[in-house]
Amino acid sequence: MSKKIVSFPMLGNYSVPIKYFLSHILDCKILEPLKITSKTIELGNCNSPEFVCTPFKFTLGTYIEDLKRGANVLFQAGGGCRYGYYFELQDKILKDLGYDFKYINLVTKGDQDLKKIYQDLKELNPHLKVDKVLYYGIITKTMIKYMDKCDDYIRQNIGFEVVKGSFEKINKKMLEEFSKVKNIFKLRKIYKKYYKEMKKVKTNKPKETLRVGIIGELYTIMEPFANYYLERELASYNIEIKRYTNVHYLLFEKKRTVKKYLKYAKEYIKYRMGADAADNIGRCKYLCTHNYDGIIHIKSAFCTPEIGAMPIINKICKEYDVPVIFFSFDANTSETGIKTRIEAFYDMIEMRKKNERMLSRN
Amino acid sequence: MVKLKIGIPRSLFYYYYKDIWENFFDRIDVELVISPKTNKKIMDDAIKYSNDEMCLSLKNYIGHVSYLKDKCDYILIPRIDNYGTDNQTCTNFLAAFDIINNIFDVKILNYNINLNKKETEENGLINIGLRMGYSIKYLKKIYKNALKKAEEKRLSLIRKNIKKLESEKIKILILGHPYNLYDELFGKQIIKILEKNNIEIIYSDLFHSDITNKLSERLSYNLYWKYNKENIGCIPLVEDKVNGIIFLSSFPCGPDSLVNELVIRKIKLPYLNLVLDDLDSMTGVETRIESFIDILEGMNNNV
Repeated sequence: MSKKIVSFPMLGNYSVPIKYFLSHILDCKILEPLKITSKTIELGNCNSPEFVCTPFKFTLGTYIEDLKRGANVLFQAGGGCRYGYYFELQDKILKDLGYDFKYINLVTKGDQDLKKIYQDLKELNPHLKVDKVLYYGIITKTMIKYMDKCDDYIRQNIGFEVVKGSFEKINKKMLEEFSKVKNIFKLRKIYKKYYKEMKKVKTNKPKETLRVGIIGELYTIMEPFANYYLERELASYNIEIKRYTNVHYLLFEKKRTVKKYLKYAKEYIKYRMGADAADNIGRCKYLCTHNYDGIIHIKSAFCTPEIGAMPIINKICKEYDVPVIFFSFDANTSETGIKTRIEAFYDMIEMRKKNERMLSRN
Repeated sequence: MVKLKIGIPRSLFYYYYKDIWENFFDRIDVELVISPKTNKKIMDDAIKYSNDEMCLSLKNYIGHVSYLKDKCDYILIPRIDNYGTDNQTCTNFLAAFDIINNIFDVKILNYNINLNKKETEENGLINIGLRMGYSIKYLKKIYKNALKKAEEKRLSLIRKNIKKLESEKIKILILGHPYNLYDELFGKQIIKILEKNNIEIIYSDLFHSDITNKLSERLSYNLYWKYNKENIGCIPLVEDKVNGIIFLSSFPCGPDSLVNELVIRKIKLPYLNLVLDDLDSMTGVETRIESFIDILEGMNNNV
């Protein structure tokens, strides 16, 4: 293999910190994956087994596009369901298609093996030092944290901005500066500057808005193309959105919080149910008890843990009388169908809100 | 005094632990109520109570629980987390207890198997016995006996299965989870079709599981599902002795969707990939199996 060109799967805006981290610790060219398009999905779809979950198809499609553009080292992560097994099959499928590359997986046999990951990285960059990995690891972690904080703020306000697109513009600029940052103090400075700017953006938020919580499977939630920009759609109805899952949560908080969630929703669940299912049940109860107007549960088709969680979420919502809608995204889901369903859901929760107000006035 | 009735759904866990449970509860003063073989009524109930995207086997389990719900005092539902980090199970085995607990208003006897946290089957069953007022010493003894009896039975089945490999007839390895293979409506139908066509059937689950568990590494080095390991691990053992393989999985089984695809890409034997869903008709399946057998016979005659 001549020059090594590294690539990784697409996940929303998180490609910025991932690229930042890899480009600083590895001595290779980093190829940023293209935004997911319907062509990517088609590529992934026709090479995947029949009833595998959608993230498999999406990531496979991205890999094929990357390999065509010249990448020859691919990264894949893993999680608590069949996500951890993706890479072996993807490796086989891509090799069967005739590509020559090295595949680095961060999970071996259902567990994270730090020593093996280090050895793999060392192979890519023989001059790799642990302190350098740690140093840039910390910067990347903080970067992800700041990104998620800004995202949370944007999500709550983007539906009410006076000049459309001003939040997205600021966010884009911030990410661009993030990708060139040198040290952690600079990073903090940039974050503070842009966060202030975001707070200055004019919004016309009424006192009482509709608030909706989004829960569900992690990939579909975080990759905007996988859910057909659901959040943007909701924002156009002036709905305030609460979303939990982000990379910072998955990497650094999940282990602690999942126990809290189990305790919090103990009348419904006793054990962890794989992946994010138990977390989502806990969140569902939280949203129901904190006056949210509706819950949107999204997942990719065939996501086993979330399918298990669905009857329980349904039950909780029935008990607290909160409307809930389930979306299942597949490679050939139509965007219009989803738009219609969101519209109907919005009409329903708005009507409920009006009735509630009328009742309280009388 | 009326005996306590414990219900066991004839699905999922039952096919792995039936012998241990039957022998264990036999020595405790309880009455076991085992749901009947899957029939139309149970499947109808299953579809009624379950979520439409659940896998066929979990639906089937829910159907069996709904049969038992007013016929016994407790229903035995274990939860299997893992047999060590590299021997995990499908997330449905993790979630079955909580799903049933929320769908039905039933009392559940539950224990957890999580070898990473030293929660074993033995402790779970003994805890259940302790709640009924038996002594630890007695319970340990009967658990040991139950385990021994179950193992003896399994060994004799394994011996029978291995002996079939020497048969002169056309041999087909049928590869799937036992809860699909031995279910009256799914696997049994297929086995009947095969038997009608005079085929020697080798079952994938009737091999020594510690051997197959290790052998699976030859086909997949990163696999961490215990049951899939044991299924595919028998392929290297019988590869040059059988004529073909039938992969049997339920729609949409998570682990099978990936593992079977990988194995299919690696083996050189003729194979048939059967995916079962809750449609009633077996005719389509029968046609596919018969043409598969025709191919195998043709290949056999040419050699």
